[in-house]
Amino acid sequence: MRGREWSRPVRPARREVLSAIPELEEGRPPLLFVPGFGHGAWAFAEHWLGHAASRGFPAYAVSLRGHGGSEPAPEATLRAYAHDVVQVAASLPRQAVLVGHGAGALVVAHALARYPARGAVLVAPVFGGWGVLGAALRRNPAGTLPAVFGGPLRLNRGQLFSRELPDEEARRYVGRLGRAGRRAQWALLGEPAAEPAVGAPPVLVLGSPDDRVVPASTLTRVARRYGSAPLLFPGMGHDLMLDARWAEPIDAILDWLEKEPAAH
Amino acid sequence: MSTSTDHGRPDPEATSPAANSEGRPVSDRGDTVCVIGAGASGLTAIKNLREHGFGVDCYERETGVGGAWNWRHDRSPVYASTHLISSKPFTQFPDFPMPDSWPDYPHHGQVLSYFERYADHFDLRSHIWFGTEVIRVQPVEGDRWDVTTRSTGGYGPERTARYAAVVIANGHNWSPKLPRYEGLEQFRGEIMHASSYKDPAQLRGKRVLVVGAGNTGCDIAVEAAQQASRCWHSTRRGYWYAPKYVLGRPADQVNDTLLALRVPLRVRQWLYHWTLRLTVGDLTRFGLPKPDHRVYETHPIANSQLVYYVGHGAIGPVPDVARFHPYAVELADGREIDPEVVVFATGYLPRFEFLDASVFSDSAGAGRPTLWLNAFTPGHPTLAVAGLLQPDSGLFTLSHWQTVLFARLLQARRDRPERATAFAQRVRERAGERYSGPVKDSSRHWFEVGHADYLRAIQRALVELEGK
Repeated sequence: MRGREWSRPVRPARREVLSAIPELEEGRPPLLFVPGFGHGAWAFAEHWLGHAASRGFPAYAVSLRGHGGSEPAPEATLRAYAHDVVQVAASLPRQAVLVGHGAGALVVAHALARYPARGAVLVAPVFGGWGVLGAALRRNPAGTLPAVFGGPLRLNRGQLFSRELPDEEARRYVGRLGRAGRRAQWALLGEPAAEPAVGAPPVLVLGSPDDRVVPASTLTRVARRYGSAPLLFPGMGHDLMLDARWAEPIDAILDWLEKEPAAH
Repeated sequence: MSTSTDHGRPDPEATSPAANSEGRPVSDRGDTVCVIGAGASGLTAIKNLREHGFGVDCYERETGVGGAWNWRHDRSPVYASTHLISSKPFTQFPDFPMPDSWPDYPHHGQVLSYFERYADHFDLRSHIWFGTEVIRVQPVEGDRWDVTTRSTGGYGPERTARYAAVVIANGHNWSPKLPRYEGLEQFRGEIMHASSYKDPAQLRGKRVLVVGAGNTGCDIAVEAAQQASRCWHSTRRGYWYAPKYVLGRPADQVNDTLLALRVPLRVRQWLYHWTLRLTVGDLTRFGLPKPDHRVYETHPIANSQLVYYVGHGAIGPVPDVARFHPYAVELADGREIDPEVVVFATGYLPRFEFLDASVFSDSAGAGRPTLWLNAFTPGHPTLAVAGLLQPDSGLFTLSHWQTVLFARLLQARRDRPERATAFAQRVRERAGERYSGPVKDSSRHWFEVGHADYLRAIQRALVELEGK
């Protein structure tokens, strides 16, 4: 029984969805990219959407409510974010593969319990917990501490990107970051784990051992939860889709989708 | 075991082709499951069985999906202005939400487009044989089933295929239940069942009598109030007419807040009566009969407009019909009225004409099988009925979980047979169980279920099956 889903449905919100569609329909599953907290659909529109489309995958990216070009929603909860993802996924012409980055991966994990995705990819997943908070406090106390008290979470250049990314670009990206709802931020500390995914979709976990937001141990733990090992890209920062070598992870994801029989 | 995918023909690989009781060849479909009907319950059956790794052949007598909700189908009961009476979260499949941009109570055209999108999204159409009706379903050894089909309308040859399991999702809102009245044959006015009511133009400018206080009867009475020159609404007893909105929210969502909090029935009834007193008021003041039962004891009626039009004098509430005269209708209180059109919104009866009545232990053939969870029949572990429910909410979520349970049961038969055997034992012991509070006994209410009680029962069955 999901009494709350029935008695208190999530309030609708206007959502921004960016897309890149291949010129030729090749029958590949659509990809839905879900950005992490503070990021919008723009983060994927920079490189990954176009690249996926050039390889024949219809690619979409959603801005969670309160992010990017979507409607402001300061009181948004994790449940509302998962609702946004399921709504967009169900609106796509065919069963989609959900790709979540950062805390967007946690949103995807929750969405998987409400939508039978064809597959899921968790990129540098932030699944919360005190360990992640401790790491963030050590590396960036000034940007992290206010978030504990409901203020904005401010990630810095060093946490998000490798040194290879030109300074100017990195500054431009950091400048575009917004903030998640405080209730959703708090959910990262104490939210119960997501229900099991429906339809048993294949799940790929990838990240970087040099990520300064998600420790390698977390990557391994999340991957183990889905019965696999993480795919690692050494030398890259947390924002794999914006970093200098952005093409490597997306190519790995697309290669995996082409090989994984259940994801076709 | 054959794995042929060549539909409807004897399997060329088989060394000795199977034959049915009449000696005709049977194409063996191996582990494939047969689904009868591609309406709401049939579609979710296909999707969930596919999701659990089963091959599916679905037979649909019409040329499109949607079943009752496809107004192009000749068995569809929907009419031009049909809207949902349960709000979106109650109606949609739990894993495929209706769009946020839709209203709380969508129009039937939107519901059809929802099914079409569901079918396309999960690529279900390639498993459906359109324009094919099932004429016979017979159990054969090994808990398997011979399903005989032919083109809709009786054209073409009959074909028989053997399946590992069958899901019956043929719907229960297409075979009209017509009441018998003295003198009905002599009545010179027009008589129609609600199933053939499609458009308010059929009532325009006429004197109309609507019989029946189901949701359809009330909706048609409201339309007659706006279109007809006169409208009488005949009901056997008084009913509770719940508005579609209370406290600014869809009424069913407000009600479910109480259900989620597990507020006892008596308290909910008291709160409901109190809310109705505040919103709708005392119905006897309008000439409507006083309900002879408490709320939740008959199928709920969600209609905000009926009382409004009664209050405007556009609907005249009248008692039960006693008998018909050639040019008049005599009512139970002795009054006579002279309608030109009589609309019987008296409901439908479930029918399974392709199945021998003994399969359902339904000796009277009254379409009233004895089932557990309204889905599983004793002695036939590979047969399930989907959607044979009259819920106090939308149906699609309940059908979804029914078919998930059946798919898991079929998996258990393969992987953990002892659990499937225990399940079959429970079906035998608990067949006929009810999932609602005390409800009036009538052909309309025997399969009435409270959605919360029913879903909890399904959840328990799932947990017992999987041994968590």
